[in-house]
Amino acid sequence: MQPVIELDGLVVRFGERPILKELSGSFSGRAIGLLGPNGAGKSTLINTLLGFHKPAAGTARILGRDIRSEARAVRALTGYMPENDAFIANMSGVRFVRLMAELSGLPREQAMERAHEAFFYVGLGEARYRNIGTYSLGMKQMAKLAQAVVHGPRLLFLDEPTNGLDPPARRRMIQLIQEIAGRGDVHLVISSHLLRDVEECCDQVLILRDGRIAAFCNLEEERRANRRFLELETRGSSEDFIRDVERMGCETAVSSTGRLKLVLPDGLQIRSLYELACARQVQIRRLHHKRDSLEDIFLKAMENGHGRL
Amino acid sequence: MAVYRKTYQPYEGVVTPAWSRFLIIPRYAFEEMRKSRFLSLFALGSLVFPLINAFIIYMSHNLGALQAVGLEVPRFLSAQVLFLTLLGFQNMLALFLAFFAGPGLVSPDLANNALPLYLSRPFSRAEYCLGKGSVLLILMSLMTWVPGLLLFGFESYYEGFGWMRENLRLASGIFFGSWIWILFLTLLSLAISAWVKWKPVAAALLFGTVFVSGGIAAMINATLSTQWGHIINITHLVGSVWMGLLGEPVRRGAGAVFFRVARGEEIPLWCCWASLLSICGFCLYLLAKKVKGVEVAR
Repeated sequence: MQPVIELDGLVVRFGERPILKELSGSFSGRAIGLLGPNGAGKSTLINTLLGFHKPAAGTARILGRDIRSEARAVRALTGYMPENDAFIANMSGVRFVRLMAELSGLPREQAMERAHEAFFYVGLGEARYRNIGTYSLGMKQMAKLAQAVVHGPRLLFLDEPTNGLDPPARRRMIQLIQEIAGRGDVHLVISSHLLRDVEECCDQVLILRDGRIAAFCNLEEERRANRRFLELETRGSSEDFIRDVERMGCETAVSSTGRLKLVLPDGLQIRSLYELACARQVQIRRLHHKRDSLEDIFLKAMENGHGRL
Repeated sequence: MAVYRKTYQPYEGVVTPAWSRFLIIPRYAFEEMRKSRFLSLFALGSLVFPLINAFIIYMSHNLGALQAVGLEVPRFLSAQVLFLTLLGFQNMLALFLAFFAGPGLVSPDLANNALPLYLSRPFSRAEYCLGKGSVLLILMSLMTWVPGLLLFGFESYYEGFGWMRENLRLASGIFFGSWIWILFLTLLSLAISAWVKWKPVAAALLFGTVFVSGGIAAMINATLSTQWGHIINITHLVGSVWMGLLGEPVRRGAGAVFFRVARGEEIPLWCCWASLLSICGFCLYLLAKKVKGVEVAR
């Protein structure tokens, strides 16, 4: 399978300040979530891949095209929905999207046809002749999505796609993203602060911290792996208990609420945990099966630094 | 595909040639401008003077028609004066067009953060500037050198091939002289539009750059008893370059008052070129600083 994005020692500096620090990796998911705290370099990475910033060192490839030497070809393959309000003043919605389609190379008639289709697709069919300046924030988000998909790109960059949307509009946006991702012939990169959005839409997650890759997680594999996740609420001195649990081959993590999270290795029975707790005089007050949420993965990445989860 | 099929579809059809895409911007801009009654009237009005000149040329070569109806034959202007007057007048109108249309070229895109939308497509910054500039270049061409050359052809039709050959420098002067002015104006308009978001202020700045520079130049000349103040006087610089293109005889002619070069106040031609090119270079630098996919806070 051809990688969607390949990062090859990518370094980006603003003046003397390094923003992206030797990012390397190959990502081939249908929908790749880009997570990280403010200033981690998510938008800079997207902007660099789109050719807005010149790499100081290294390079990246999108669907096999080098962003340095084939920037135009890269942009022909991609669609971009920026984070902030972005539109052309004094234009009706459909005319704006038609202009964007024509700039992507579509002939006039096809651009017009697809602009109408895109507007119906994002649910703004009835408002397509209204001046885009009069749209609500949610409608502008949808219009931005329409201009990003109108030319049928193979890779879509969505920067905070659910920003400012009310719950029904957010639901609609998520559905659209899931539908696009589900087609299989288009890939998505979704940058978002909302872990839930990323969890719902993405099959791979790239977590950035301070310009470096803090973690990469294949959510799809995690979901398929059927590993046995447990969450325990204990009472009593649990330090020795945790050490012994780890000796038994469990992966452990203590959540912010003090609960112990475990991944049981194959062959280990839950009964063994009770026996161990009994031996260590630790009470297990609550035990339930629970997989690592994306939030756990994110928080762990923020604590640990680099690595693959 | 019909619009009721609400599903995402990749595009697999033909695409337009990359070189022609910058022309999409002026096409959309002209569609918008057509809605403006003022600009439509202005564009039409700008053709009045060339039509009057065409009438003068026609009448001057059809004296028999006047005599036949018993009218006295008037004394018409020489062709050179006529063309120079046309060049000056039409290029002055081009300046007014720049005042009206120039400030709104780039600033709305910057105000509405539209540049990432343009530049995330297979469309470069140079193409964006060329596309925006084409709006003015095309309109100004239709006001300046296009009617000028049409009238030259009209005059040549009456005067014959010999006259045309003798006055080819006049035709090339009209063509290149107009291009120098409209290119300069376009670059200046784009640069100001990119940096000044408020249209009236941008128009005032454009006005000031062209007119106030002449006033400052006059003050410098008067104070320092020199003619070098004209190095910042844009109309003087352009007028000097035109003289260089059209040749010495024009210097004595009337017309092109707006771009007049007063006797005894000439500065070397290369200085005029250098000054104009420096201003153009500065405008390009300003454009390059502002026309970007994203602004970087360093």
